[in-house]
Amino acid sequence: MLSDKTYDRYQRQLILKGFGAAAQDKLAAAKVLVIGAGGLGCPALQYLVAAGVGHLGIVDNDVVAISNLHRQVLYDHEDIGKPKVEVASQKLTRLNPGISIQTWQVHFGQQQCAELLPLYEIVVDGTDNFASRYLINDACVLWQKPLVFGAVSQFEGQVAVFNSIRKDGTRSVNYRDLFPLPPAAGEVLSCAEAGVLGVLPGVIGTMQATEVIKLITGIGELLTDRLLTYNALTQDFFTMQLESNPAAVDHLPTSVDSFMKMDYEVLCGNKITGIDEISYRELAGRQDLQIVDVRDLHEQPRITEFSCLTIPLKELEWNLDELDGKKVVFICQSGKRSMQAVQVFRGYDPDAEVYYLSGGVNSMPKQE
Amino acid sequence: MATEVMFFGQLTEITGSSRLAVADVRDTDALKEKLFQDYPSLSAAKFRIAVNNKIINDNTLISEDSKIAFMPPFSGG
Repeated sequence: MLSDKTYDRYQRQLILKGFGAAAQDKLAAAKVLVIGAGGLGCPALQYLVAAGVGHLGIVDNDVVAISNLHRQVLYDHEDIGKPKVEVASQKLTRLNPGISIQTWQVHFGQQQCAELLPLYEIVVDGTDNFASRYLINDACVLWQKPLVFGAVSQFEGQVAVFNSIRKDGTRSVNYRDLFPLPPAAGEVLSCAEAGVLGVLPGVIGTMQATEVIKLITGIGELLTDRLLTYNALTQDFFTMQLESNPAAVDHLPTSVDSFMKMDYEVLCGNKITGIDEISYRELAGRQDLQIVDVRDLHEQPRITEFSCLTIPLKELEWNLDELDGKKVVFICQSGKRSMQAVQVFRGYDPDAEVYYLSGGVNSMPKQE
Repeated sequence: MATEVMFFGQLTEITGSSRLAVADVRDTDALKEKLFQDYPSLSAAKFRIAVNNKIINDNTLISEDSKIAFMPPFSGG
């Protein structure tokens, strides 16, 4: 039985044919985890809270930045510098005080999957990078949770419902069926690198909320086994049918144990076997490693602690024969270019033992 | 006659257009080969192909009436 107040709040959807008190009760009982309270997460959260989804979890590690405000509509100028989950929780509670909201200001990793996924029924991916997207997909397959996926690129967005239960009881396709492995690092640019029209994640995040409401209430036809792509410039929608991909199974972790041991940053090329500061000290003692500084000649400080070759990254391709048969460590200022150098060298000699100094020269101990 | 191919996301930066007409290709492998010749960086890009709005896992026959789409992954949020 709905109270008078509840009836008034949801009256416009309660009177919909095929919705009614039964659907509203399902929403009130539902538990939804929204990962990422950014461009996609903000509108998704607002509509889920407004619609009366009873229990929401929000995970985000960031604080509000001024560059968020053109699309992350939960936040205002006064919120700059405050944790997103804190501001989101306050504003959403004001929107609908009847909703229970729990927040976690953490980076969402394997541990969080293991702790939080069992507590929720549906997961919404509002993250902004491939490492998180593959992690969340794999976790939803393992913990058997439907995943409402959304992603944007400049003027276009994608939406799909992965891993939900089909009418015949089997699970619908997941993200690995679509793309078994992530693209190479730097191939597909993020919003920070390539830009995004502010309203676009608003459209896509709202579509994600729509799919969550449909999942919970059982109305309509879900975007299962389908990928919807929206183009804001043409207002075109393109839907493609997906099917399971034999390659997907090869890459999905088969157990929680193997999932916990995966390194999604490495999988997505954000990290290649690095040498930390301790290994760096070891490095000085290892005579079998050829050290190569891939910075430009003018960059400071120069490396004096050990002998090294200097080959600027942009010239590396034409000088790889100098490194024939050697075990190589690439070094640059921050670690980024030396990671690229590793990839260039791996392309030349796939079997080479090759490292980069993570954190680069910046992370080396200061000389007295 | 040519088959029309649609490109999505950052693939359009490689092809310079969201739609291209490709002549004389009888299957998706031939289509890819032709496009890789014209746009070499496409061969390094990640994408899936849909024929008539259905994703394909294997080489698929196409005609000039086929609706072809090249879909890359998006990561932004």
